[in-house]
Amino acid sequence: MIVATIAFYIFAGVAIAAGFMVIAARNPVHSVLFLILAFFNAAGLFVLMGAEFLAMILIIVYVGAVAVLFLFVVMMLDIDFAELREGFLQYMPIGALIGLIVLLELLLVAGTWTLAPEVASLAASPIPPMADVTNAEAIGQVMYTQYVYFFQAAGMVLLVAMIGAIVLTLRKKPDAQRQSIPDQVARTAETAVELKKVEPGQGL
Amino acid sequence: MAELWTTYGFPLFIIVGQSLGVLVGLLLFTAYILYADRKIFAAVQMRRGPNVVGPWGLLQSFADLTKFLFKEAIIPSSANKGIYLLAPVITATLALSAWAVIPFDDGWVVADINVGLLYVLAFSSLGVYGIIMGGWASNSKYPFMGALRSAAQMVSYEVSLGFIVVCVLMTAGSMNLSDIVRAQDTGAGMFGWYWLIHFPAFVIFFISAIAETNRPPFDLPEAESELVAGYATEYSSTPFLLFFLGEFVAINLMAAMVTILFLGGWLPPFDWGPLHAVPGIIWFVLKVCFVFFLFAMVRAYVPRYRYDQLMRLGWKVFLPLSLGWVVVTAGVLVAFDLAP
Amino acid sequence: MEQLLSEYLPIVIFLGLSAVISIALLIVPFVIAPSNPDPEKLSAYECGFEAFDDSRMRFDVKFYLVAILFIIFDLEVAFLFPWAVSLGDVGLFGFWSMMAFLGVLTIGFIYEWKKGALEWD
Repeated sequence: MIVATIAFYIFAGVAIAAGFMVIAARNPVHSVLFLILAFFNAAGLFVLMGAEFLAMILIIVYVGAVAVLFLFVVMMLDIDFAELREGFLQYMPIGALIGLIVLLELLLVAGTWTLAPEVASLAASPIPPMADVTNAEAIGQVMYTQYVYFFQAAGMVLLVAMIGAIVLTLRKKPDAQRQSIPDQVARTAETAVELKKVEPGQGL
Repeated sequence: MAELWTTYGFPLFIIVGQSLGVLVGLLLFTAYILYADRKIFAAVQMRRGPNVVGPWGLLQSFADLTKFLFKEAIIPSSANKGIYLLAPVITATLALSAWAVIPFDDGWVVADINVGLLYVLAFSSLGVYGIIMGGWASNSKYPFMGALRSAAQMVSYEVSLGFIVVCVLMTAGSMNLSDIVRAQDTGAGMFGWYWLIHFPAFVIFFISAIAETNRPPFDLPEAESELVAGYATEYSSTPFLLFFLGEFVAINLMAAMVTILFLGGWLPPFDWGPLHAVPGIIWFVLKVCFVFFLFAMVRAYVPRYRYDQLMRLGWKVFLPLSLGWVVVTAGVLVAFDLAP
Repeated sequence: MEQLLSEYLPIVIFLGLSAVISIALLIVPFVIAPSNPDPEKLSAYECGFEAFDDSRMRFDVKFYLVAILFIIFDLEVAFLFPWAVSLGDVGLFGFWSMMAFLGVLTIGFIYEWKKGALEWD
């Protein structure tokens, strides 16, 4: 199917170009927008492989939630970029060194990567034919039963993330005024209104 | 050459034709929905509403469109020009393209994908980008604050929307929107639709849909008494029109989603012969109009919320309730072995 | 596979067409509408005076907290989708496995409620 092949090269090409622009763009807001473009193209690649559920989840979670947070942070943090760039040359040697080390490590990993011979049998369930079972059902049939420990571990990770976010960002404002609905509902005329007898010419 | 035409050209031609048909129909429908919104609002306040352009003011929306087209498009000197112009385009494009998977009748859908529900959810959640980008790129205080509020509000209500969608999913057993409608065809007419068995979910979905699309009474991002016009303050001419259009198309989308998920899509209200003879699309449009009428009445009657109340409603009322409804639905389905 | 992809082609075309409509609408006034800018017209909106400073200021960390909590709950919803469509297949064990997952997250939810992270002030 020639259309699928053309689509693959378009999606892959744009994804790589957008990925490059993420690190090359001067304005960080543009970087995030290019990142979103890269996510979209990755979703397109997922669809081409038949993984439509993953494609939609990628858009909902990464584009719809994670990238919104990124955009929030870079747009609203008011970073002075000229100031940030000043130290660039000073830190470049260290940065380049770290980059080089990571690159070497990646090459080592990629060069010596082999699959254990019995790995194919480790998969708990063969992929069902796409015509009978949709993506989401196929995932659902194994994730909550066969892989229940990983699933519960994911729940724990989310719990830790939730608590961590609160511990890190929650600042109490001592002078904040809050609405207390029970108090408002419990208020009656007796507790709210006080009748005073005002003498003529006296005032209160 | 002829073979190339029959294998690629002709199907492509059909798809483009269908898509254009849906888009044009949708834009015309939106024009009259706008008119209906103003007429209903006016009627509630004992005014006449638009009644000058065309008979009973029926051409008002087209007059507005022409006016927008001939207005000067102002780009503030301090704005980030590219993002400033990109934001309204993104809002309108995303709002329009979510309609690709909406079934208007049995089989009348541009793209009948398995994960249609997720697609709609994904594209409606992306609407927040246009607003954040527009508010930030304007480089002005009111749009900035409007964008912040709007973003926080939209993400807060999206969570409960997601939970409710999961409830419907469990009872229907499919993420294909056409299958969800077919699952409601139980022979009991309107009493077999999900609004009855999922009544609390229906109510929460309805209110969250209003909040998600920034409609009154949750229109704090553009509360004119505090924020001028919110994220759209600096916009004029068609960039403003695109924001406005995107917002109304998104509202129509939410009305269509309420119709599909809870009101049986294209199904007739009673399982009675002559009603089946009426084309399904008529039932669908009637139901969407009915849901929009409810949205319009809410706008006309309910006073605007305060921001802390809005956030409390989203996080402390709707989130636990909808999560609880997920558990109840699943429990009932599993206990009585009803899951499809 | 072929069939799956043929369902996605209309989406790409639909997206393209809606983008064309939006961009066309955006371009029209730049072509046909008058354009005579002046500095007052192009300045950012402010209530009758010059803006004192740049509008991009730091703002309450609350908004980030809402965004982070949203990500977590969004992921929770994402985990619910495959479970919801395969509820008939996973049986009682799958049901209780999800209840345990939701229970863990409900603990987190109660924690944030008690900590006051959901208060808006």
